[in-house]
Amino acid sequence: MPEQLLFTIEVFLNGLMAGVLYALVALGFVLIYKASGIFNFAQGVMALFAAMTLYGIMNGQVPFAHLINAIFSTEIHYFGWNVPALAAIVLTMGVMVLFSWLVQRYIFRYLVGQEPIILFMATIGLAYFLEGVGDLMWGSDIKTLEVGLPQGGNFWIEDNTRWLGFGNEEFYGFFIDSLDIVASVVAAVLVLGLVLFAQYTKQGRAMRAVADDHQAALSVGVSLNFIWILVWSLAGFVALVAGIMWGAKSGVQFSLSLIALKALPVLMLGGFTSIPGAIVGGLIIGVGEKLFEFLIGLPYLGGATENWFAYMLALIFLLFRPQGLFGEKIIERV
Amino acid sequence: MLYREAGDFSTTYPEDSQTFPIKFDRWRYYAVLFIAIFVIPFVINDYWVNSIFMPFLIYAIAAIGLNILVGYCGQVSLGTGGFMAVGAYACYKLMTAFPDVSMIFHVLLAGLITAGVGVIFGLPSLRIKGFYLAVATLAAQFFLVWLFNRVSWFYNYSASGQINAPEREVLGVLITGPNTEAWATYLFCLFFTIASAIIARNLTRGSIGRQWMAIRDMDIAAEIIGVNPLKAKLTAFAVSSFFVGISGALFFAVYLGAVEVGEVFGITKSFLVLFMIIIGGLGSIFGSFAGAAFLVLLPVLLKVIGVDLFGWPTDIVAHLNLVVVGGLIVIFLIAEPHGLAQLWRVAKEKLRLWPFPH
Repeated sequence: MPEQLLFTIEVFLNGLMAGVLYALVALGFVLIYKASGIFNFAQGVMALFAAMTLYGIMNGQVPFAHLINAIFSTEIHYFGWNVPALAAIVLTMGVMVLFSWLVQRYIFRYLVGQEPIILFMATIGLAYFLEGVGDLMWGSDIKTLEVGLPQGGNFWIEDNTRWLGFGNEEFYGFFIDSLDIVASVVAAVLVLGLVLFAQYTKQGRAMRAVADDHQAALSVGVSLNFIWILVWSLAGFVALVAGIMWGAKSGVQFSLSLIALKALPVLMLGGFTSIPGAIVGGLIIGVGEKLFEFLIGLPYLGGATENWFAYMLALIFLLFRPQGLFGEKIIERV
Repeated sequence: MLYREAGDFSTTYPEDSQTFPIKFDRWRYYAVLFIAIFVIPFVINDYWVNSIFMPFLIYAIAAIGLNILVGYCGQVSLGTGGFMAVGAYACYKLMTAFPDVSMIFHVLLAGLITAGVGVIFGLPSLRIKGFYLAVATLAAQFFLVWLFNRVSWFYNYSASGQINAPEREVLGVLITGPNTEAWATYLFCLFFTIASAIIARNLTRGSIGRQWMAIRDMDIAAEIIGVNPLKAKLTAFAVSSFFVGISGALFFAVYLGAVEVGEVFGITKSFLVLFMIIIGGLGSIFGSFAGAAFLVLLPVLLKVIGVDLFGWPTDIVAHLNLVVVGGLIVIFLIAEPHGLAQLWRVAKEKLRLWPFPH
């Protein structure tokens, strides 16, 4: 096979892996949007916050240490213990559940029935708030998250695909990040788990009922409050997983919250209300932007087209199909 | 008594439909204008101009522009930063290409160019709505910033990739560059701010403004009663981008002097201006000023209290700023979705009945 084709395939595979990570973030959006009609802009910051909290708990950081030191002129930074990764993940999940409860109790309870765009802007405010709180709590320095995930390229795949080059000197086999493979497996398990949860458990049924019709669900005895807290917690869990994956990949830092912006075109492609849509949309965006960068961006446009390609793709796509690939048809009545 | 319409008779139609129908309001408005034009220029220094007045005036223009699009026409845009960048780069190219032309024309032309770009990116609004559109405007934001970063023609092939404002004059007075006087730059920005506010106010009161509001309230119904959505939406995008472009040009040429596009006109700028109009009040010109003033003053205030008074490190104050701004957005959306402008309106209503509320 010619090497150009092989490299294209490699870019394609890496795009798929990146797409899985986008899909992971987009999944959190879809969960909340389906159940409460809130377009949660804070999902990316939630991922950042979860990753920061996980890091902080693992390393025994004192929350708000900087603030406390500044106010009381003390010098405290660490408790002096380390928590094992698994226990820290459980504790972080507890924090995310608490966060969901707070958000529900103190913000969205008062915004029920408001226009979607007001809710959207409220979540932008929430995103800023959470970002500030996260920085105050754990400090804004770049952290490297080590929860025992594999790093670097996968040698097995590289060794076993080398024959595809047929003796071509330039080609050493496909280079694929081990972490991406783990992320894909985790994402697949997560989606499967969510689907099973939604289909076969009592809470899952209640969740789908709420997504279908708030009032009807309320009238048959489903507690909206509980379901919304549940949904936000689930989104918090997805955010935690996404935060771990992205944090292990590129460090826990502010740019992590910007992946939320990348998840938006993914959602628009897939449709806001569809879990499979989020996955397919993520894969299309991931592959699309990597291939575009490789085939057109780098040679002709000077590179870094990944910044805007996803949005342009979604924009053009929406012109032809405003509800996305798998979204419900938008019907408007006067 | 203050603030009454009693005894204030209108005898002609123009008098009846003026912007400030109550005499007290009118005189207050003249007083504010008088102080802004004839008092402040004589008392300000560089610190006040650079940290408070100039950002306030320039952001007020941007907020008026975005308010026309979001508050009056209901089309949410997250591309303000990108459009401000268009204004800045258009102004830069004009300034360097025609050094002898007055800055006023450059800024206005930059606004017009931005209006053109705004119309192009406004075209999808005819087909997509709500936050689908908000995400579509992100395409404008990221694409424009990328474009100004990559295409070296825009920054005249300078090695640093920055654009620097050369020295230009208006009526023989230096306006841009490092050697300007505080009062000159202040008055230059003030001129554009007042003009923008008056134009925007009268546009929104007229037929085109009513069309925008009809589209905002329910676009299908508006279409049925004869509002042309193509015209209404595209004019909203054009007018909005015009003001945003002017503010971008001023922000670059007069305020900062040197700009690196990704830093200055990034996505955070879009959010900042959006926050201004949410806090100030959607669909209100006064709200644009109030929101701009609020979000310009808040960080300065926090810095004065936190850093200078308590001696905290600046990064903590910056994080606190995020917390306060985010919290305020949420509080405003819950307690007063129409922002500071609504508080002001309620206060005026109360004042009219005071001291006998029944």
